[in-house]
Amino acid sequence: MSIIETKKLTKYYGKSRGIINLDLSVSEGEFFGFIGPNGAGKSTTIRTLLGLIYPTSGEARIFGKDIIRDKAEILSDIGYMPSEATFYNGIKVKEIISLSAKIRKADCSAEADRLCERLALDKEKRVDELSLGNRKKVSIVCALQHKPRLCILDEPTSGLDPLMQKEFFDILKERHSGGATIFLSSHVLSEIQKNCSRAAIIKDGRLIALDSVENLSKTSAKRVTLHGVTEIPGSFSARSVEINGDSVSFLYSGGIKNLLNSASALPIYDMTITEPTLDEIFMHYYEKGGEN
Amino acid sequence: MTIYIKELRQAFKSLCIWKASIAFMMLVCILLFPEMKGEMDSVSDMFANMGGFSAAFGMDKLSFGELMGFYGIECGNILGIGGGFFAALAGISVLANEEKERTAEFLLTHPVSRFSVITQKLLSVLTQIIVLNLVVVGVSLISAAAIGENFEMKEFILMHFAFLLMQLEISCICFGISAFIKRGSIGIGLGLALALYFMNIVCNISEQAEFPALYAASIAR
Repeated sequence: MSIIETKKLTKYYGKSRGIINLDLSVSEGEFFGFIGPNGAGKSTTIRTLLGLIYPTSGEARIFGKDIIRDKAEILSDIGYMPSEATFYNGIKVKEIISLSAKIRKADCSAEADRLCERLALDKEKRVDELSLGNRKKVSIVCALQHKPRLCILDEPTSGLDPLMQKEFFDILKERHSGGATIFLSSHVLSEIQKNCSRAAIIKDGRLIALDSVENLSKTSAKRVTLHGVTEIPGSFSARSVEINGDSVSFLYSGGIKNLLNSASALPIYDMTITEPTLDEIFMHYYEKGGEN
Repeated sequence: MTIYIKELRQAFKSLCIWKASIAFMMLVCILLFPEMKGEMDSVSDMFANMGGFSAAFGMDKLSFGELMGFYGIECGNILGIGGGFFAALAGISVLANEEKERTAEFLLTHPVSRFSVITQKLLSVLTQIIVLNLVVVGVSLISAAAIGENFEMKEFILMHFAFLLMQLEISCICFGISAFIKRGSIGIGLGLALALYFMNIVCNISEQAEFPALYAASIAR
């Protein structure tokens, strides 16, 4: 069953673009990645899904319910972590956390305490005295304490130190194996590659790829490194060329035979062909203007 | 009710400061009354006959020599300005702050309808204004008892009711405005309260000038 489904979802802010004709579908129990650079429309998509802003056209359903008509119902089963963690001034961490629980009419202080402990969050501090990383932790607790069916996380790891990032993903994985669906928006591709099963890539407000992370990494392009030459052989199309000492490395997306023929004529002493990383694929999608 | 309580708790400190300042100034005024009463008998006529100036502050209608008249002029001005400013500030900031401090994203992603958020916030503003006025009335009654004077109860109640009405009105207008603006909310709120105050003065001076929103302030005078 689709937990998130959008059909031609479009949002314009006046004349400026938010998202255009977004068709997205996330199944129950998925660990879904949503990739795109700043300004591509990730947050716009999320805010539209959460009913913070209304779509210009198109429709979207979460848990099979309409995002506008059944908003409150949908939101009670969602844990949302905004990219910017801002809270009311002069309020203590524990008060924010219990406020969030009270608005949800849920008693989850035990779970909140557990999360605070795991994230090493001091509940007695005032939120306006906290650093960005610590405010993010408050956000995490608010998003997860009521054990939501769907977690929507907008650039959750920015500001968190590596140890906390690891702890955070451990918590997410536990939630995921407990049956929760995770929707993770990020521009840090390694964390998507490491954690997500499926991912969508968004560019300039349009969806340009939606596939399993495995398949996305398995595009026809290969990362080729030739040792012994410092130039790209032949006339085939090579992208993101890096010259490093006596070797040249590039992304190649033509026939492999062609590559070997050209290479055999060169004074190379070593050669590696690897799958590109998601980072490279991402760059590839962006440089090529989204086709392929 | 959660948001209502949260708003009240957040506003508690500022409400206390406003309450204390207004009540303190009124207390001082009332305690000054016995001192002035004797002298007032002679200057009361003069105050009442300064033409436009007297009219501007309602001194032509009320007598300085009686507690109720003195209270209506002096304390009326304090409560009129102070209460009006408080009402304007409370009304204009309660919604706008969510946007200014970027907390709307936190609040509105919880399962609560916008109607309920707005209702609870408006109720909290109205509650604050009522509490402010109750405290002020209480302090006035106590300080009047302290100087051994009595208010004419009917006028006293009528006057405070009018002030309450005026403040509720100002706060609701500001609340409405704040739904449409993103920044500069405090300036608009204070500006509006100030503009209404001066319009009240104009209203008092000129018989031709009439402004419906000022009826409350004018009843008191």
